[in-house]
Amino acid sequence: MARLVVLGGGVAGHTAATFAADWLGKDHEVVVVTPNSKWNWIPSNIWVGVGEMSKEEVTFDLAPVYEKAGITYKQAKAVSINPEGSAKKAKPFVTIEYTGQGKAGHSDEIEYDYLINATGPKLNFGATPGLGEGSNLGQHTVSVCTADHAEHASHELTKIMDKMRKGQRQKILIGTGHGMCTCQGAAFEYIFNVEHEIRKAGLRDMADIQWISNESFMGDFGMGGLHMNVGGYVVSSRIFTESLFAERGVSYITGAHVNKVEKGKVHYELLDGSMGEESFDFSMLIPPFAGVGLKAYNKAGDDITDTVFAPNGFMKVDADYSPKAYEDWKASDWPRTYQNPTYKNMFAAGIAFAPPHIISKPAKSVNGTVINPTPPRTGMPSGIIGKAVAHSICDLIKKGPDAHLHEASMAEMGAACVASAGKGWLDGQAAAMTVYPVVPDYDKYPGTGRDTDYTFGEIGLAGHWIKHILHYLFIYKAKLKPFWKVIPE
Amino acid sequence: MAVKPEEFNFAKNDQFKTAMIPGKFARAMRTCKIWQFVRFVIINLKMLVVVSKSH
Ligand SMILES: Cc1cc2nc3c(=O)[nH]c(=O)nc-3n(C[C@H](O)[C@H](O)[C@H](O)COP(=O)(O)OP(=O)(O)OC[C@H]3O[C@@H](n4cnc5c(N)ncnc54)[C@H](O)[C@@H]3O)c2cc1C
Repeated sequence: MARLVVLGGGVAGHTAATFAADWLGKDHEVVVVTPNSKWNWIPSNIWVGVGEMSKEEVTFDLAPVYEKAGITYKQAKAVSINPEGSAKKAKPFVTIEYTGQGKAGHSDEIEYDYLINATGPKLNFGATPGLGEGSNLGQHTVSVCTADHAEHASHELTKIMDKMRKGQRQKILIGTGHGMCTCQGAAFEYIFNVEHEIRKAGLRDMADIQWISNESFMGDFGMGGLHMNVGGYVVSSRIFTESLFAERGVSYITGAHVNKVEKGKVHYELLDGSMGEESFDFSMLIPPFAGVGLKAYNKAGDDITDTVFAPNGFMKVDADYSPKAYEDWKASDWPRTYQNPTYKNMFAAGIAFAPPHIISKPAKSVNGTVINPTPPRTGMPSGIIGKAVAHSICDLIKKGPDAHLHEASMAEMGAACVASAGKGWLDGQAAAMTVYPVVPDYDKYPGTGRDTDYTFGEIGLAGHWIKHILHYLFIYKAKLKPFWKVIPE
Repeated sequence: MAVKPEEFNFAKNDQFKTAMIPGKFARAMRTCKIWQFVRFVIINLKMLVVVSKSH
């Protein structure tokens, strides 16, 4: 009997664990180590953040689902990995610290035959003074990264809307809280949902709404922008995005590294080296992401974290990490199997794997401050990678160490993104976009790096219907209801 | 003469002056139930193609 341990029960980890349990059956064991008792459909946190959904509607209890799937569930966070075992233990193991199940604070060592690291991001609020401490949100801004954060954001939004009703003009600032953030899409959705709610309440004239982002141009999205097929034209995402902002009267600051947050004020540096300040009454700033800070030790107990993880804390996989100039970046630099190069029974999936480099064009301010988005690893790629990695491990277990590993390169994979711009079955809107591939491949598609037959975008009510249906569909799938396996990632 | 809604924002800000802002017809089509139902079917089909190319 082999044991697969999956660290993290988010999009990638949950997908990997549930498929692996299904494919392996009762002959082998799948263990999930994840600190939360609930699964969260993160994209719908946007709607929690504007009071259009409750926390309960975007989360559900993991324990009954794992019980049904025959998965051993440890409500705990992984602290370190011993991929060679230790002086006392022959087998590799993970040290975990319980966060629930009546054992909070207790440590344990879980041996494994195969390991998937799908621990997602550390929300690194602490990287920007005033934005927060470590992974904890500070008191000056709000966040929609977790369901709890989003609920808090909604309460704060209600407060400023009450002030607007009393005739007090309010300034809203939404975007990224550091020069090296990713996940601009989430902030983009939030700003338009906030604008939609304020407009619906008849208060639009009482709000100044402003976007602040580390992207060097509007519509970069951490992917260097994209060219899409819109209405028969091949259009840059910059034109598409600027149009959405102009239509809604939302002004924007781009190329900004937010370097300090105070009560009611952010300080930032721009790519041209100038410094600026922006005041706010309500602000949602996405924090930068880092790895969750897992440590690694060899058999002798020496710290080998640098061997297993990249400096940003994400796990090294089969990518080409050799430093290269932007001009020399290739689609083939991106990983295919997500297997750790040193320890072949260890894989990473979703945000937890270390990308070889960013996707956007690197940029520094004239003062030398790095201001460029880091690569997004959104839901669809995270799910697809989780499933591919689970498939590889199941084959290794069932067919032996020579089994063919399954591949899921982000340079050969598309992503469907539906960015909500306001909720409502009759008056909602969303930008429905697909990008193929996520990482541009200029050898294959010399013009734009992507296939414009499959890279398109349009905004409308249909996009909202799709986004809303996806909410129910993915929660249904994650609960392992009948036919869950036929719903694509 | 009253300013058309789509032209109102152009004067607000230099950033908006060079942007494309949808007019009355484009805006109406975005929430026209019949047209959006057609788009819903088409977008879903396109997304399914991208999803199938990615697995
Ligand atoms: C507000 C918001 C909106 C978004 N909207 C969209 C969208 O519309 N479409 C889209 O495609 N993507 C969207 N994304 C991105 C999407 O949520 C991520 O791509 C996806 O969640 C990444 O999956 P993951 O499994 O790598 O990480 P996660 O889903 O974050 O999962 C990581 C898991 O690991 C757990 N964990 C953390 N530390 C440890 C530890 N030490 N040990 C064990 N477990 C640990 C966490 O608790 C979590 O359960 C959005 C993100 C945000 C924040």
